[in-house]
Amino acid sequence: MVPVVSTPATLKHAPAAMDNAEVLRIRNDFPILGREVNGRQLVYLDSGATSQNPVSVLEAEQEFYEQRNAAVHRGAHYLAVEATEVFEASREVLAGFIGARANEIVWTSNATEAINLVAYAFSNAAAGRGGAAAGQFRLGPGDEIVATEMEHHANLIPWQELASRTGATFRYIPVDDDGALRMEEAAKVIGPRTRILAFTHASNVLGTINPVQALVRMAREHGAFVVLDACQSVPHLPVDVKALDVDFAAFSGHKMLGPTGIGALYGKAELLNAMPAFLTGGSMITTVTMDRAEYLPAPQRFEAGTQKISQAVALAAAVNYLRETGMDRIHAWEARLGQRLVSGLEAIEGIRVVGPAAGTERIGLAAFDVDGVHSHDVGQFLDDQGIAVRVGHHCAQPLHRRLGLVSTTRASTYLYNTTDDVDAFLAAVAGVRKFFGVAR
Amino acid sequence: MSSDLQQLYQQIILDHAKARHGAGLAEAPAGDLVGEAHMLNPTCGDELTLRASVHASGEALTVSGISWEGQGCSISMASASVLHDLAVGRDRQALLGLMEDFRTVMRSRGSIEADEEILGDAAAFSGVSRYPARVKCAMLAWVALEEALPGAE
Repeated sequence: MVPVVSTPATLKHAPAAMDNAEVLRIRNDFPILGREVNGRQLVYLDSGATSQNPVSVLEAEQEFYEQRNAAVHRGAHYLAVEATEVFEASREVLAGFIGARANEIVWTSNATEAINLVAYAFSNAAAGRGGAAAGQFRLGPGDEIVATEMEHHANLIPWQELASRTGATFRYIPVDDDGALRMEEAAKVIGPRTRILAFTHASNVLGTINPVQALVRMAREHGAFVVLDACQSVPHLPVDVKALDVDFAAFSGHKMLGPTGIGALYGKAELLNAMPAFLTGGSMITTVTMDRAEYLPAPQRFEAGTQKISQAVALAAAVNYLRETGMDRIHAWEARLGQRLVSGLEAIEGIRVVGPAAGTERIGLAAFDVDGVHSHDVGQFLDDQGIAVRVGHHCAQPLHRRLGLVSTTRASTYLYNTTDDVDAFLAAVAGVRKFFGVAR
Repeated sequence: MSSDLQQLYQQIILDHAKARHGAGLAEAPAGDLVGEAHMLNPTCGDELTLRASVHASGEALTVSGISWEGQGCSISMASASVLHDLAVGRDRQALLGLMEDFRTVMRSRGSIEADEEILGDAAAFSGVSRYPARVKCAMLAWVALEEALPGAE
């Protein structure tokens, strides 16, 4: 077996809880965090959109290209064998990270593709594709697909489209004025007609962690499949898909210290193996004639064409970096940063933080509205001071509309952010309304 | 605060962003040609609906009204306000020339300074061209006007 990872030396003897001193050592592993922007030290608070890469991830990718580059699952030459080994070893690393088995992880380009894979497998089943076991995925008029009002467009539009293609009805669980899921409504929306329940584990706008257990229980009562958008949870908190008992979960590599261009779909093995294919072509077949084709079991059935090999190897290195640091420790540190963000923002006049107030659980992000100043102007003002945040609707237009907003500014943290980063951000935000002439 | 940022958000822009000249869709003068366009910047959700009217008198085509409604950042709102002031009462063909000048400045990545004599308050947007991500904001109303402006052969 060839090595797929390198371990950050600085993290071998980490203390029980993370602190700024440890974060400063962690930062040394991230070259980009050392750069200046607009003449100021970069303060990177946009990890909710994309995270940065430690040297071990960059080296893993380079090492693959320098030593083992070849197409996987085809060819019998030496490099092809090694490439296949590291590719599959990477799958095992990722599977272990979320409590899954390796054959339950399908590599995708990103979480969006992962969710579309599930949606298209359902509509292919509805079109009569797949074996007898695919019958359980057939949707049609009278069936209902349920999502929530807080979803990222990636976990919303694929379901709207699936409903349109199959004649099923799309419904959603509304949120209250603070953005929390209205669970009493969930109990009404989820019913005997519900076939799919899709929701986010942690909101990319509100920072809330949704009650997975309660929602899964409602879905199970009615025999519905559960699809979890884990984009903001897998990178930031310990996630065990078996303990959560979801049927599918999707997440992206670039939000968890890995490269862009790779994500993953977790699916229970018996479900993946019963699902019709989504993308079809090379390397996902057993027998092909000029009339038809037979397909491999999962996960290969869903991995048509040359795969994201170096990205998988690099993502495994990212997973090892996170594991070395400890997901429970990262979660605790970011929860602390999240509280610091919210309590700091709440103390600034004219700021409205969306999602739970300070003192209530949230992940390490906060989105907010600045009275009288558009989020793009807020972001520009912060960028001028080297502070990178996200502005706009964060791919959650319906949620913003529900909250009476068009856009917000969002600061999101990761394991490499210090409390100083948060404080620099808060000090800058405090000057926004004065600069734009809406406060003295 | 960097001088670039102050160059971007000149007082004249911040003032126009508040004043919003031409805001609120208005009825066009009776008998004039009318056009309307709706623009959306999907990256930020900014929206703008612009109505333009042109008065024809013999061969002469004069812009008789510009009104708009929308929501967006200070750059996009100020730009719509400035465009209103620049366009109303102007010869249609002359306005198209000014719009082309403005576009050239916006695409220059900071290399062309707008002539205030020609572009008036719109010259204050020169600083925007250094921020490629914001050029769309400055152009929102102008692109809407290009589509809405009636009177083409």
